[in-house]
Amino acid sequence: MLTVEKLSKRLGPFTIRDVSFEVNEGEYFVLLGASGVGKTVLLEMIAGLMRPDSGHVFLDDREITKERMQKRRIGLVYQDQALFPHMSVSKNIAYGLRCQGLKRSQIRARVLELAKSVGAEELLNRNPETLSGGEAQRVALARTLATEPRCLLLDEPIASLDPASRWEVRTLLRDLNRRGQTILHVTHDYEEAISLASQIAVMENGTIVQIGNPETIFQKPTSEFVASFVGIKNFFRGTLERHERNGQLSEFIGPNGIRFSVLTESDPGPGCLIVRSQDIAISNERPRTSARNVFTGTVLDMIPAKLGVEVSVQMAVKVSALLTRDSVESLNLKLGKTIWVYFKASAARFVKG
Amino acid sequence: MTSDTAAANGQLSWLHLAFIALGGVVLLLIVAPLLGIYLKSTFGDIVATARDAAVRESIWLTLWVSMVATLVVAVACIPFAYILARKDFPLKGLVSGIVDLPVIVPHSVAGIAILGVVARGSLLGSAAESMGFEIVGTPVGIGVAMAFVSVPFLINSARDGFAAVPDRLEKAALGLGASPLRMFFTVSVPLAWRAIVSGLVLMWGRGMSEFGAVMIIAYHPMTTPILIYERFSAFGLKYSRPISALFMLVCLVIFIALRILAQRRGNADR
Repeated sequence: MLTVEKLSKRLGPFTIRDVSFEVNEGEYFVLLGASGVGKTVLLEMIAGLMRPDSGHVFLDDREITKERMQKRRIGLVYQDQALFPHMSVSKNIAYGLRCQGLKRSQIRARVLELAKSVGAEELLNRNPETLSGGEAQRVALARTLATEPRCLLLDEPIASLDPASRWEVRTLLRDLNRRGQTILHVTHDYEEAISLASQIAVMENGTIVQIGNPETIFQKPTSEFVASFVGIKNFFRGTLERHERNGQLSEFIGPNGIRFSVLTESDPGPGCLIVRSQDIAISNERPRTSARNVFTGTVLDMIPAKLGVEVSVQMAVKVSALLTRDSVESLNLKLGKTIWVYFKASAARFVKG
Repeated sequence: MTSDTAAANGQLSWLHLAFIALGGVVLLLIVAPLLGIYLKSTFGDIVATARDAAVRESIWLTLWVSMVATLVVAVACIPFAYILARKDFPLKGLVSGIVDLPVIVPHSVAGIAILGVVARGSLLGSAAESMGFEIVGTPVGIGVAMAFVSVPFLINSARDGFAAVPDRLEKAALGLGASPLRMFFTVSVPLAWRAIVSGLVLMWGRGMSEFGAVMIIAYHPMTTPILIYERFSAFGLKYSRPISALFMLVCLVIFIALRILAQRRGNADR
């Protein structure tokens, strides 16, 4: 439905190079990238607030690259909501409707309907300055939805909110998407991306480095950047060597001469090995396992994570394993304790380059 | 608090006291002469002056001409101030300098310069004459002179007001389907409103008080500053003081009323 084709723009510190992606009808598309990679500039170009140096934007197969923004049917919600401080909440929501020249009674009915759809009917007479972050975001969404955008663009809609409001706005966004609203959402927070996206594009240095569904992005990152960005801790630079006996099983020689078995089709050569923390297991005795990678090490640190506990283990290299709290207790893990670490060759992912 | 910071605070409060004392000297410089006018004129003098038809006419003329001049010029100045606040263009520095020029030019020079373009036989003078009215020696001429000397106050104040409006709000309005004109009137102007009103009041006040340029364009009909000068040169200090007192009183009441109104309007909008 929304197609962005080779969009480029140089603007001060931001450079956007050849950005292409497609958002399908009803999709929740998340653009994931560190702060300052030009995600807002990209949204402003799609919304028509800024002209690209080159490239095209299509909506429903119609080119809108040079279309006036008032006619694009694309709604943009800013991170700071940009509510009009001199108007009440209901006037804010009515703004787009007034621009369409609707009748007063129609506007009133529609404002109420929109406010209900985002749970803001209690707020209609309030001043924007008195709203909490979550409330302001809901009002901003209602104001933009009033223009019935074909595609809703969201610029970090959750980043500036307190934890309670985050959950509330996330639920609302998911709900809007379920009701059929196509959404393009930019964020630097990968958890936000996992929880909302049906499709994710990862941006690095002003260009898109990987597009795919969340499973693909998080389990099969195609670059070191994506892997580090999505929060994977176990990365080792080194060289892949072909194992003599088996065509697919290779050996990766990492820092301090550590050797890992890796299941990969990749050709030998330098690169990066990624092992997700949740694929690494720990035991007190040498495990009886078919796992190819078995090491001994000492517990360096234990950090409670959102899910479970992240245990750092020092062996020839430092690795991080994600365990449940119960496992940590039953293994009686303590700092400095010597333990065994193991994972399957198929859990290690080699990224060449 | 450590003794160091206490000592630093002690030093700071001395510095503040010194600054406040200097501020007091400046305030005295402004207030003392003005207050002197009231202290040296009796209530009876002021009432008698208020009964003088020539005085009343001149005050009325001064008020309405400066107001009309301000409002007419504002129609062009406010959009111009918006452009100055929002757009970068070649020679913008020069344009801003030109806007400030009337503040620096001696007002008698301003009067002579204006006379050059509005006198009979000049470009504007002939154009006005062909339309059946004159500029020199009429309220139109007075208004032109007042506008010339006071226009920077409005432009600069409105420009600062527009510059303080976050451009995100304007972009949001455009994104919601507003035309640029609608955006200007529903977002930019209301949010810069206080600065605009402050500029209008300043411009009006500066226009009313203008003497030099107005005297050259139109000695008659007499605006109050000219009447005060004439009374002073013909009859002396004693006779010019009550008019000054009355005129200042009128101006003060109007300004305070306008400020309060602008404040209310600003609050009501929120």
